[in-house]
Amino acid sequence: MTPVTVKGDKTAQLPQLQDARNPGMMLDMDWVRAARANRSAIERRAATLPGRRSVKKEYQAAWLARAISCIDLTTLAGDDTPGRVARLCAKARHPVRADLLEALGLEGLTVGAVCVYHDMIGPALGALQGSGIPVAAVSTGFPAGLSPFRLRVAEIEESVQAGAQEIDIVISRRKVLTGDWQGLYDEMRTFRAACGEAHVKAILATGELGTLQNVARASLVCMMAGADFIKTSTGKESVNATLPVSLVMMRAIRAYHAATGYRVGYKPAGGISKAKDALTYLAMVKEELGDRWLRPDLFRFGASSLLGDIERQLEHHVTGAYSASWRHAAG
Amino acid sequence: MSIKEIFENMDYGPAPESAGDALAWIVDQGSRFGHFINGAFTEAGTGFDSRNPATGEVLATLTQATQDDVDAAVAAARAAQPAWEALGGPGRARHLYALARLLQKHARLFAVLETLDNGKPIRESRDIDIPLAQRHFYYHAGMAQLMDSELPDRQALGVCGQIVPWNFPLLMLSWKIAPALATGNTVVLKPAEWTSLTALLFADICQQAGLPAGVVNIVTGDGRVGEMITDADVDKIAFTGSTEVGRKIRQATAGRGIGLTLELGGKSPYVVFEDADLDSAIEGLVDAIWFNQGQVCCAGSRLLVQEGVADAFHDRLRARMDKLRIGNPLDKCIDVGAIVAPEQLRRIEDMVSGAEGTIYRANCPLPEGCYYPPTLISGLSPASPLMQEEIFGPVLVSSTFRTPAEAVALANNTRYGLAASVWSENINTALDVAPQLAAGVVWVNGTNMFDAAAGFGGVRESGFGREGGWEGLRAYTRPRGDTATLAPVEAFAGDSAEPQPVDRTAKLYIGGKQARPDGGYARNIHDATGKLIGQAPIANRKDIRNAVEAARGAGGWAKATAHNRAQVLYYIGENLSARAGDFAALIDRLTGDDNGAAEVEASVNRLFTAAAWADKFDGGVRSVPMRGVALAMNEPCGVIGALCADEAPLLGLVSVMAPAIAMGNRVVLIASDPFPLAALEFTQVLETSDVPGGVVNILTGAHVELAPVLAAHMDVEAVWSFSSSDLSEAIETASAGNLKRTWVNDGRARDWQDTGDTRDFLEQATEVKTVWVPYGA
Repeated sequence: MTPVTVKGDKTAQLPQLQDARNPGMMLDMDWVRAARANRSAIERRAATLPGRRSVKKEYQAAWLARAISCIDLTTLAGDDTPGRVARLCAKARHPVRADLLEALGLEGLTVGAVCVYHDMIGPALGALQGSGIPVAAVSTGFPAGLSPFRLRVAEIEESVQAGAQEIDIVISRRKVLTGDWQGLYDEMRTFRAACGEAHVKAILATGELGTLQNVARASLVCMMAGADFIKTSTGKESVNATLPVSLVMMRAIRAYHAATGYRVGYKPAGGISKAKDALTYLAMVKEELGDRWLRPDLFRFGASSLLGDIERQLEHHVTGAYSASWRHAAG
Repeated sequence: MSIKEIFENMDYGPAPESAGDALAWIVDQGSRFGHFINGAFTEAGTGFDSRNPATGEVLATLTQATQDDVDAAVAAARAAQPAWEALGGPGRARHLYALARLLQKHARLFAVLETLDNGKPIRESRDIDIPLAQRHFYYHAGMAQLMDSELPDRQALGVCGQIVPWNFPLLMLSWKIAPALATGNTVVLKPAEWTSLTALLFADICQQAGLPAGVVNIVTGDGRVGEMITDADVDKIAFTGSTEVGRKIRQATAGRGIGLTLELGGKSPYVVFEDADLDSAIEGLVDAIWFNQGQVCCAGSRLLVQEGVADAFHDRLRARMDKLRIGNPLDKCIDVGAIVAPEQLRRIEDMVSGAEGTIYRANCPLPEGCYYPPTLISGLSPASPLMQEEIFGPVLVSSTFRTPAEAVALANNTRYGLAASVWSENINTALDVAPQLAAGVVWVNGTNMFDAAAGFGGVRESGFGREGGWEGLRAYTRPRGDTATLAPVEAFAGDSAEPQPVDRTAKLYIGGKQARPDGGYARNIHDATGKLIGQAPIANRKDIRNAVEAARGAGGWAKATAHNRAQVLYYIGENLSARAGDFAALIDRLTGDDNGAAEVEASVNRLFTAAAWADKFDGGVRSVPMRGVALAMNEPCGVIGALCADEAPLLGLVSVMAPAIAMGNRVVLIASDPFPLAALEFTQVLETSDVPGGVVNILTGAHVELAPVLAAHMDVEAVWSFSSSDLSEAIETASAGNLKRTWVNDGRARDWQDTGDTRDFLEQATEVKTVWVPYGA
């Protein structure tokens, strides 16, 4: 039984293994300032997309499995313990009941990664050994990003040292809100350098950026500074991932790809808890970015409760009867 | 395909909506339909098949209405109308509310049936057509409720003949029936022969709602049935369809004294400035031209992009086009469905074949059958035929511009004037350009937004009249009360001359100057006793040409502030008042009556009233369901030609001129035919009152000669006639050339001393432009 998401001895989730990694570019302020985001039009597109795209039956089951393969299964709580993380990692290895995966013909399906705080990297690595599932660590004074800069950089270095293959950094929202794009660029550049081989996801905390235009500009600046992924939220803001924000970020990724040839990944995080929502996000990725992005190396869901809803939907697909949460293993 | 394979290729797969319930409804009706007349379905007769354009399958057999059927429907509507109107607004509101509720309860049935019949994607019928149809009935239930209190001086027209097209079958039915019923009219409606099924389902709903028999009558058939309805004894025709047919209806209804609203074709510009959110503007084009397969009268079909971003914009647009999904309209994952009928598909193919420019067809699989791929034809100029002609299919044509002024000029370089879109993140650019576009509807940073509360309709050859909002309601009502017949007013004849101290030469007034008539002829004017009191120039067609040219050139008047226009009007009043005695005497002499003093006083008053309204005839902000504003702006029509009243030589002219120019129009006035000298004397008042040259032009001559020339003039936006000559038919017939608005007296008299009707004049002197401005920081 070969895991479908694993090729060779390295994880398929990391972008640098498939495509050339985004090296970044000089800060292009003309481009940043020219970025426009018309909120009403963007909201209209986001609101009508679910009505335009629909996947049913076996297609829906396949799409939901794809969603699972793109989940960063996450626990970011103050009461996390090695035992709790081990349980989560077990769920990451076996996100769906074996009999269901067999019925679907998707034996070996795993989530995209496990996402934890720095101190849980070790337990996570231990629990995931041999699974090919990478460990992502949130960093840089997550979630507010207001600790001393040198400590934020050092935190990255320590997490990489500890074995994290992905680092989810938080940007300094204040640099966006004050228009300090050079400052944001420099900070991101430093974070990227500190990550070394680990790939870096830039969390914009879009719920705190005020406008979609700021989201568009911050997305561009972070990509110019070498982000491998741009990510909406920490999950701790009052507003987390939304479809309008996702549309803006995806369009920025598309524009960056058109201009540079580099593919940057996208990670909506927080607030995506229903299977139906996951399908809408995947459809938006397919529409705005294309099929190439529908892989864990370029797309992730930052989610904790989404998996449970998807499991129930998959059981419904297999059995024809609606499911119950207690029929599926806890994470 | 296995789940594993789909997991890898991530295809959408089929997502079909079931047609079962809709097909079952058809079978329940016997799959053969008669007409819905006087509350019951008639026996199915000889007719034609209604097909599903996506598959070619026959859905049902419909009946071609005969003259007897149409007569029966009109008779039923006529018989039902008095009681329906007498039911009162609140009583009618209950019925409209019931219709709205039933539309909502059977929403999916209507949506699926519409898609089966028309070929439009189920997403559109489900999310747009049917909800908007419901909205129109809810909105107009409210209008019925309010009519008695808010429009106490208006009453129903009577029986309305309504002819709707195949592109939005149920929605257009709702736009027509809801306001007609709300205001106490009864209707005879003909759906398009390709798409009659939802109208017949609506008839079923009318029965369920307990609507009184005869209030709604639906007859099916082709254009010949439309002609029968147009020729029938109806009080109004409301038509949505092609400009070509609209023109014929204008001619067929000319001189009959019935109401007419026409919502016709378009070639709506879609203007993208370099500072727009380009991705959103591209997405907007999907809703503009690939909505309903481009079979939308107001489709943003003419793309104009600022040069600096044009290449990038077109590249991204082509990439977006490749993402469109075309196919089975009942699939919930389809963007573009089937073209309504094979004839229509051939028409599109013929228009595009051999087109100049660069043709790009969306790189998406095209199913067999009645489908046409989303297409972009770029690199065109205004001289390209496809930049001017309506394709009515999923074909976008494009060109570029350099400056806002050039964008406006290119956008307005069209015979049509239905809708327009402007994309810019700069509020100055957007709000400057929007009012300058010749269109009844302008969307800022959006497209194809509709609501019952916002007026919809066109200018130029896109027709006239509005649907939706208060302005739409007025098109289904008329003032209460009866009017008297207007008897022809004859000039006095005679042969005895009266020596004058110094001979006076009255001239035409064109472009702010006294002008001799082109033909060089004058007519002797006699007083009531037969004495020769002067000569009036006889204007001919070239004088009309010159006057219209002068009026067109005085466009700055529309941009003058309303305060300034009011100042000029007050000044005219002041100067007229200073010469009140002269004018009173002249009028008495001309008419042989003794109303001169009263007429001058009323004229001064009319000028003051118009001046008062100049800065108070406000538009409105309509409560549409979005974050933003929908502005209903009262804009001047442009150049108005008017045949002034014969019986009141000064007051008749001033009553027309004052409100027209107060609203920013320029006027070409043909003075009283029998008594022209008062108007010519009045030009001296105008000359001393700071009226810019060309704003007011005054001609004298025979109304019967001049009216057809004025009405046929392509550069005149509206023609009014209060002449006592029988001109209404000639004017309405000639107006069909550019489909200008007309306002004629149909041989009915008007009390010029009555001051209560200024609002009628102001409304006739303005077009309501709806500007949609969604916003969001």
